[in-house]
Amino acid sequence: MLLEIENLHASVEGKPILKGVSLAIAPGEVHAIMGPNGSGKSTLAFVLAGREGYEVTEGSIRFGDEDLLAMEPEERARAGLFLAMQYPVEIPGVGNLYFLRQALNAIRKARGLEEISAAEFMRKAREEARRLGIGEDLLKRDLNVGFSGGEKKRNEILQMALLEPRLAVLDETDSGLDIDALRTVAEGVNRMRRPDRAFLVITHYQRLLEYIVPDVVHVMVDGRIRRTGGPELARELEERGYEGFLGRLAA
Amino acid sequence: MATAIETVREVTGSEYKYGFTTPVEEERFPPGLDEDVIRRLSARKQEPAWLTEWRLAAYRRWRQMEMPDWQKVKFPPIDFQAISYFAAPKQKQRPKSLDEIDPEIRRTYDKLGIPIREQEILAGVAVDYVFDSVSVATTFKRKLEELGIIFCSISEAVREHPELVRKYLGSVVPPGDNFFAALNSAVFSDGSFVYVPKGVRCPMELSTYFRINAAGTGQFERTLIIADEGSYVSYLEGCTAPMRDEHQLHAAVVELIALDDAEIKYSTVQNWYPGDREGRGGVYNFVTKRGLCRGKRAKISWTQVETGSAITWKYPSCILQGDDSVGEFYSVAVTNHHQQADTGTKMIHIGKRTRSRIVSKGIAAGRSDNTYRGLVRILRSAEGARNHTQCDSLLIGEHCGAHTVPYIEVENRTARCEHEATTSKISEDQLFYCRQRGISEEDAVALIVNGFCREVMNELPMEFAVEAKKLLGISLEGSVG
Ligand SMILES: Nc1ncnc2c1ncn2[C@@H]1O[C@H](COP(=O)(O)OP(=O)(O)OP(=O)(O)O)[C@@H](O)[C@H]1O
Ligand SMILES: [Mg+2]
Repeated sequence: MLLEIENLHASVEGKPILKGVSLAIAPGEVHAIMGPNGSGKSTLAFVLAGREGYEVTEGSIRFGDEDLLAMEPEERARAGLFLAMQYPVEIPGVGNLYFLRQALNAIRKARGLEEISAAEFMRKAREEARRLGIGEDLLKRDLNVGFSGGEKKRNEILQMALLEPRLAVLDETDSGLDIDALRTVAEGVNRMRRPDRAFLVITHYQRLLEYIVPDVVHVMVDGRIRRTGGPELARELEERGYEGFLGRLAA
Repeated sequence: MATAIETVREVTGSEYKYGFTTPVEEERFPPGLDEDVIRRLSARKQEPAWLTEWRLAAYRRWRQMEMPDWQKVKFPPIDFQAISYFAAPKQKQRPKSLDEIDPEIRRTYDKLGIPIREQEILAGVAVDYVFDSVSVATTFKRKLEELGIIFCSISEAVREHPELVRKYLGSVVPPGDNFFAALNSAVFSDGSFVYVPKGVRCPMELSTYFRINAAGTGQFERTLIIADEGSYVSYLEGCTAPMRDEHQLHAAVVELIALDDAEIKYSTVQNWYPGDREGRGGVYNFVTKRGLCRGKRAKISWTQVETGSAITWKYPSCILQGDDSVGEFYSVAVTNHHQQADTGTKMIHIGKRTRSRIVSKGIAAGRSDNTYRGLVRILRSAEGARNHTQCDSLLIGEHCGAHTVPYIEVENRTARCEHEATTSKISEDQLFYCRQRGISEEDAVALIVNGFCREVMNELPMEFAVEAKKLLGISLEGSVG
């Protein structure tokens, strides 16, 4: 297994949010998590990434053969965990590409690799940006500053492509995207699918899953995974919504 | 200069590691200040009588002045009788060539990453090395002389170019200007002198590197830069001091004069010893810096990156006398632990259509206190004058303070002043975002802070920008988490 979450409980500001999540992802797989607003999807993503303030009260997470919870956020990133955020952060004065190169070199350094040359980096970044429909000017601007919602999301995928993670968690990367952008982003993800790389895709919409076809779909409700199935589960949700399904579960 | 900077980085590591002392034999005056000390100082420097008298007059003024107390910075009273007013490495006379320099002094500058050499590393920069009270070396003099540019220590200028020194010394900062300027005028030890003749564009950066070594001394350097009509010069100043538990006083005066169509760019990276984490020791940096745009269309631009010193208290200023002259002030002031900074600028608009621009970035961390204080004064005569001021503060942590104190005085109705100010914090979101991408927390802080300061950093000459960037990161180490 690449990622193994067992009975994970986590609280934010003393309030329990995750209440016993178990989930296992094998290399090469794509898993999707769906679930109503506030059910804990982003919380799970932040706990995976090691964000401060998200306190794990019970359970364990293994990443490859490492204990993920014992690692600092940057160590997790260097070990190959990438989180495309629901709300990417703006950093004024820091150039988009400059930032990306710093990140790439930090990761390479941790893996004992040489820094990437400026020319090589530019070539890769430009090529990927072109495929993702990211204009040259966006590469030169300050990181996420004044980017539109869709531009921010594409930029997250650009970072993912260059940082080449083992596990990419995409938190609602599809929301706020127009149809063309959705397709471009999905293609970006599909291009990266490899037998040794896995994805955890958090989304509200079945539509994304038509482009990025998942192996497994989970439904999260109130901090627990309530159901796990194949791609058909996403379609079922799309038709019936969470309401009925919640009712049935509550019964 | 990249290699040199790497060395600085290695020397610095994490804590303040310019903090070593050099075991040279020094000649020094016993502590204390009176007219006799000034006469001895002047004699020791073989100065002409007019300068001795000038010093004495300044001293008499100073005796009647009071230490100012309007500033935000707080410190115990300074005992001026406890300071030694002259310290210099013992040498029969100033070495005639760079090869004759005391190996210990040479090693000091090697360790600081600015070796005394005219070689590839510093190929684009001519350096004047000031060690305690005296200038110990100046590189590239010959090459500059070919263009008629004078770049030497001020002591040497007093001997070799007395007419220029006499004409301009004190013409921008008169001896009675303020308490510390008066003190400096009485006891100034050494510093740099630059004269760029008409129409000459100085082909390399000129630089002075100040080093306080001896204990219990003050450093009172004096710098005078004159850009004649249509000339251009870019000047850099860097400084460090050993770590000592007691405070050291640094009270410099810098005067710039730009004639018609001349431009002076003055950049400082100030990294005096800031004191330890508990606030023991560190340099008091009380400096008067002022530029006079005397000619039409003259331009003076101050850029400063202030990371060191226990207390920084300075206001590099521009007097915009010539019509259409331009003054600029770009500043980054970083304070951490118990450091205090009260810094800013004064822009005095006299000539018509004079323009000034102020960009100040204050960064406070730890228990430090960071104040921007700036005056924009537009006189009646300054028809159509313009000023734009931008003051941004960045706070790191909960126990520091940032303050903005702008004074604006406008006497001409056609003038326009704009002032913008912001205060922000490094957000948890930003730090997390960087770390999620594999960047360590310390590097993330440095990255965010550098981004915050970019407008100012862009003004620094290349060689300095790299050094300054690293310095920012180092100064803020231990400020988060
Ligand atoms: N910092 C916080 N302080 C207090 N409560 C929080 C905090 N962060 C998250 N929560 C709460 O945790 C719960 C789960 O939030 P989370 O963001 O994980 O939901 P989500 O499933 O991602 O929702 P959405 O679909 O709207 O993105 C919510 O009730 C939210 O209000
Ligand atoms: Mg969410």
